[in-house]
Amino acid sequence: MANMYSKGTKRKFFDSVDAAMDNKAVLYSRQRQSLLDMSLIKLQLCHMLVEPNMCRSVLIANTVRHIQEEMTHDGSWQLVTEAFGGSGPSDHLVATEVLCRSSALEQQGGGPKLYSVMGYDGCREEEVVTDEALCSVTFSDGAPALLGTIDHCWDRAELRMVAVEDRVIKDSGSEVESGEGAKTVMGQVFGTFEIKNGAPGSDPALEELFSAVDASYYDLDTMLTSIQSTPKMGPYNLLDSMASSHGPTSNSSCRTDLSELDHIMEIIVGS
Amino acid sequence: MGEDTESSKVNHSFLRDYVTEADVISTVEFNHTGDLLATGDKGGRVVVFQRETVVGHKPKGELEQVGETGESGEYNVYSTFQSHEPDFDYLKSLEIEEKINKIRWLPQQNAAHFLLSTNDKTIKLWKVSERDKQPEGYNLKDEEGRVKDISTVTSLQVPVLRPTDLMVEVRPRRVFSNGHTYHVNSISVNSDGETYLSADDLRINMWHLGITDRSFNIVDIKPANMEELTEVITAAEFHPHHCHLFVYSSSKGSLRLCDMRASALCDKHTKLFEEPEDPGSRSFFSEIVSSVSDVKFSHNGRYLLTRDYLTAKVWDLHMEKGPVETYQVHDYLRTKLCSLYENDCIFDKFECVWNSSDSVIMTGAYNSFFRMFDRETGRGVTLEAWRETSKPRAVLRTRRIYTGGKRRRGDVGVDSLDFTKKILHMAWHPEENIIAIASTNNLYIFQDRVSPDTQGPDLGSNTI
Repeated sequence: MANMYSKGTKRKFFDSVDAAMDNKAVLYSRQRQSLLDMSLIKLQLCHMLVEPNMCRSVLIANTVRHIQEEMTHDGSWQLVTEAFGGSGPSDHLVATEVLCRSSALEQQGGGPKLYSVMGYDGCREEEVVTDEALCSVTFSDGAPALLGTIDHCWDRAELRMVAVEDRVIKDSGSEVESGEGAKTVMGQVFGTFEIKNGAPGSDPALEELFSAVDASYYDLDTMLTSIQSTPKMGPYNLLDSMASSHGPTSNSSCRTDLSELDHIMEIIVGS
Repeated sequence: MGEDTESSKVNHSFLRDYVTEADVISTVEFNHTGDLLATGDKGGRVVVFQRETVVGHKPKGELEQVGETGESGEYNVYSTFQSHEPDFDYLKSLEIEEKINKIRWLPQQNAAHFLLSTNDKTIKLWKVSERDKQPEGYNLKDEEGRVKDISTVTSLQVPVLRPTDLMVEVRPRRVFSNGHTYHVNSISVNSDGETYLSADDLRINMWHLGITDRSFNIVDIKPANMEELTEVITAAEFHPHHCHLFVYSSSKGSLRLCDMRASALCDKHTKLFEEPEDPGSRSFFSEIVSSVSDVKFSHNGRYLLTRDYLTAKVWDLHMEKGPVETYQVHDYLRTKLCSLYENDCIFDKFECVWNSSDSVIMTGAYNSFFRMFDRETGRGVTLEAWRETSKPRAVLRTRRIYTGGKRRRGDVGVDSLDFTKKILHMAWHPEENIIAIASTNNLYIFQDRVSPDTQGPDLGSNTI
């Protein structure tokens, strides 16, 4: 499995970062990262039988935005985006801009919309379909998309399953051999907020960087599990209890999409 | 000055003891005379308690001796009814909880009592009335109410009203539905006696008590683009005397006083009360802890009392730039905010109340503790509402949280606080020093024996 970076390169990159920060700053940024992760999880777990508390969601979303702003200011946001394919700052800005227009895009049509998220290897822009069902997960650039999803929790009639477009499948399929494929898909789905890809055989250097995070929370499988009432059998079942506590809120129409997704996940995970 | 010094609070009675989750009390409210106390719970039920009127009740102002039996005013169950049922929003595939968020009494106009109760979506007006007489001696109906065979009627009698056992009837008189897209957090009856407001996360509506099919929207803070949403409404209340004024609080810690004479839609506030943030103490949790969970006008209408996560603040309506008084409720939690964020306790919404003379404020905390602050002296006490340590007619002891320095016997360490025992809901009798405290599924009623009336309770020399 080819890694995005050779180990030597990665190590050097990490060391230079380390040298630049003193322990306190590292501790602070880790705490901040952990707070960010916690907040994202809290927003994810909003799919319950009862409508989530809006005040709580808004406060958490504001906290996430605050963290993101700070990370952008002190440059650690650069690190996150660079770690995933060398996207330059311009790509990041593109993503922001596009996502801020996302609501306008959505109003143009009822179906799931495509968001340009970020470049991969600086080559081409992958596109990901996000759908209101992804809800709190699709905050590619933090607050704007986040709160759009909060709106979706309240204003949409039903949760629809994620339908990964054919194009994305093809694109990611071509990179399946490498672990980069997993990262791409995950990156697309979770945007610049991705902490770690879900595949177990991922780049260990990246794992080091984000070692504090339990990435299973971000796995598409478990995320979907929290929406769908049928417990999803996969390697990541952390939100299973959430799923099983759900009443009969699932739609049968979701199941075809879910099995499609299963298929993709199997390819990626290689299981 | 030790913790054993008795306060003058006397534990009066324990009235509710439940075992199920649905019985968690979610709101407590005295009516305008204090003779009735209503509680709402998560299961959608309302229980109304009535104060006993005891023969030979001592007139107000006279001190009662501690320990005397048969004193005035025990609260007993008067009526119980199911106010709201669980509902289902088919459009969103989401349940609507039957939990009673708020109860507000209407000022009494006749023999019946009226209260408004609301869950997340629907407000209901209930009429609570007594019947202690029953007509008897109908000509056309027999005793059981069956229609008589007319040929058996040989003479006419005049029906008479005969006294029967007291019956309390509760009937829904109005149902105000479909007014709110978001969750209703507050209702407030206007001083005009005809209208009331209901507030949800983004909008405030004004209703007429007699009209259920429409309401006026008076505040709407929903942004055109929901992605720009950063602030929600957390509480709202009408001014106690001026029917055109109301206040609402936000999740960003600001209060807005609105005058309905200015415009039909009060999006533009008349006054904005905001405390500038202290840049030195800014953290990721600053905004969350500044979110106002409750706002109450003082009885005299000159002040506002607000509660945010760590403090209670008194604001002067004439001064917008900051509160005039700030009381630290549990400042020792300031260093624990991350854990409290993790376990969601940081989002707990505590209520706050004034005493009848606006000289004392009270609010809840964790570990079954609640706090009272004397505005004149600025001193606060911590009291505990916990069955194990309180017996009927026992004296409430003040408690202390150990935060450093010399530890005294009975001090509770911050790490041993039970965050599941939260005192969120409470009420203070409108005229006397009687308080009702809800602690999950228990209701405590405490009465001040030494100074039962309008002056503030004697808090002794205990300081926290």
